[in-house]
Amino acid sequence: MTVDPRVAMHHSEVQVSVELQTQEMTLNLGPQHPSTHGVLRLVARVDGEKIEEVEPVIGYMHRGYEKLAEVRTYAQITALINRIDWVSGFANEIPFVVAAERLMELEVPARAQYIRLILTEMTRISSHLLFTSSFPLELGAATPLMFALREREHILDLIEGVTGGRFHPNFNRMGGVKPAAGGGKTQKTVAQDLPKGFLEETRAAMGEVYKVCDEIDQLVTGNEIFQERTRGVGVIPVDKALSFGVSGPNLRGSGVAFDLRKTEDYLPYGDFDFEVPSGETGDCYDRYLVRVAEIRQAANIIMQAIDGMPSGPLQAKVPRVIKVPPGEIYIRAENPKGEMGYHIVSEGGRGPYRLKIRSASFSNLSILPWLLRGILVPDIIAILGSLDFVLGDVDR
Amino acid sequence: MSIFDNFWVFLAIKLLLVVGVLLGFSLVIIYAELKVSAHMQSRVGPFFAGGRYGWAQPLADALKFLQKEDLVPEEADSPVFRIAPMVSLMSTVAVFVIVPFSPSLIAKDLDLGVFYALAVGSIGTVGILMAGWSSANKYSLMGGLRAAAQLIAYELPMVLAVVAVVVQAGTMSMARIVELQGPDALYRIPGTEIGLPFVMVGQILGFVIFMTAALAELNRIPFDMPIAESELVMGFLTEYSGIRFTMFFLAEYAGMFAMSAIAATLFLGGWYFPGLDTEILGPVVMMGKVSLLAFLMIWFRWTWPRFREDQLQSLAWRWLVPLGLVNIVVTAIFKVAL
Repeated sequence: MTVDPRVAMHHSEVQVSVELQTQEMTLNLGPQHPSTHGVLRLVARVDGEKIEEVEPVIGYMHRGYEKLAEVRTYAQITALINRIDWVSGFANEIPFVVAAERLMELEVPARAQYIRLILTEMTRISSHLLFTSSFPLELGAATPLMFALREREHILDLIEGVTGGRFHPNFNRMGGVKPAAGGGKTQKTVAQDLPKGFLEETRAAMGEVYKVCDEIDQLVTGNEIFQERTRGVGVIPVDKALSFGVSGPNLRGSGVAFDLRKTEDYLPYGDFDFEVPSGETGDCYDRYLVRVAEIRQAANIIMQAIDGMPSGPLQAKVPRVIKVPPGEIYIRAENPKGEMGYHIVSEGGRGPYRLKIRSASFSNLSILPWLLRGILVPDIIAILGSLDFVLGDVDR
Repeated sequence: MSIFDNFWVFLAIKLLLVVGVLLGFSLVIIYAELKVSAHMQSRVGPFFAGGRYGWAQPLADALKFLQKEDLVPEEADSPVFRIAPMVSLMSTVAVFVIVPFSPSLIAKDLDLGVFYALAVGSIGTVGILMAGWSSANKYSLMGGLRAAAQLIAYELPMVLAVVAVVVQAGTMSMARIVELQGPDALYRIPGTEIGLPFVMVGQILGFVIFMTAALAELNRIPFDMPIAESELVMGFLTEYSGIRFTMFFLAEYAGMFAMSAIAATLFLGGWYFPGLDTEILGPVVMMGKVSLLAFLMIWFRWTWPRFREDQLQSLAWRWLVPLGLVNIVVTAIFKVAL
């Protein structure tokens, strides 16, 4: 139906009919782009600065870990899987070794459990500190980066002191953790395992972590421009978050106080008193607040774990050649980026018959095409930053 | 007959002086930016490069830029691409013609000095738009268009802020405006000879508007959307390298110097400082005021995130323009009533 414009004008007094003729263009963000955290590629159809549609393209970093795992032994696989989400390497190993131990029905000594727990939480702090440095940087504030990375370096140094690696510790063994290097045979049973002064230094480092959280609060959280850029941007409603399988801090930002550390028993989190922070609206600002709060909670857990550190052996009695009895198991854990799970299918050999990895970032990114519609180009960067993903965790 | 009586020789000397002072002080601001950021972020280079005080850092940076190949993309509109940085740098250099550094040290005291400064200063954005258009790169294009949108949004509040000063002073000559805040002050502290700068006698709002608009025009954080390295890679600078990148780089810092100098002249009393022999110490006082304002800009840059383009537009049109108009009305009423 066509309407004569003059007639239409006659009917409505305020007829605004100025239509700007614009042309859509395809903007290719990535795989080489400063803010896509690696090799994520977004093919965006944009009208000026407005996004019509975004199609994420992944797979540039596919390394085939699930297939590689089928031809490796369990001990070799731990070295492999801490490269999945490389900013939280230690946490990646936990659900895998726990799954294998459950199949083998091994009883892990309490001290090894606590060491695993402390290192996992330190990994969480380091991962979230990386987030609090990169997220403001993507919004244009360069200085919080230095504040957060300074403390992250301390944490990584401490992890290195225990495990020998900053990012890829490969510290877990079936039935416990690796005994201290150069310690000789006795140290498998005598509790002389952690480096001298480690617990005290960690306690001091946690004090610094609280301090840097306060500094970041002063510099970033209260900043008007920061709030302007993040509040009401990239809102994920609860039902969407659940249906897309969003997990971890991104889910808690939407207001679901769901934390696998409270519901699963892969590490003795039940011994500790900590809160599960959650947001209200599910925008970028809430996701940021949740992560900063989680840094503080993780530091709380570490302080409690240091106080309650049990003594005892580091490793259960395991056979020289590790063979896992036939069976299937799925163990999931609360990683810094979200839920990480391993489904092991064993046929009784030295390696798994099949290993399925459920990584957090992959599921968290699946919401992107829905989330990145009808927004502006700068918001893409804010939303990507707030989702806090790692490409190795997406592509595996 | 002295050599200075020849018009062309004298003009050449003046031009050389303006360019020399401008580039020299731009280097000082670059050094200051490096030092301030180094203190805020524990950067190593600006502390230790060259042995002490990191004096070698800006020189090393400049040397590195000069060594780089001067790339022109194959698809680029070559002449426009090559001219763009010069246009940008030229406009900031030209502003210095009317900046008074002491009662007599001014390249040319134009009757319409303020008008000239605003007109010439905004040509720089044309250079940016040229760079964005000619690079044949989508990120560059978006950066260039953002710069153009920013210019339109911010030139208006800036002009409105300056108009209020002109109303108060009753002249557009930069030299005269300084005199009206100093030796021939319109307002003095009662009972003394000390003249008050305009910022202390009613133009505080105008000063804030001017500095905000200046940040936006210089494309500095929190208004650096045309560059926005996390969104647009490097915005209109994406395809530039080598000496042409250096020109844009210099234009940014020379622009900071120029905007600070105009703000110091219009609002802070320029070379005047009570009780000082301004003929000799005028340039020092002026530089002090300029440095203060430049430090503010550097400080903002290393503390704040950046706005989004639509938020900047809303800030300009919904807040700064109405406030600027109110400022003019209030100034005019006081001018007539008192």
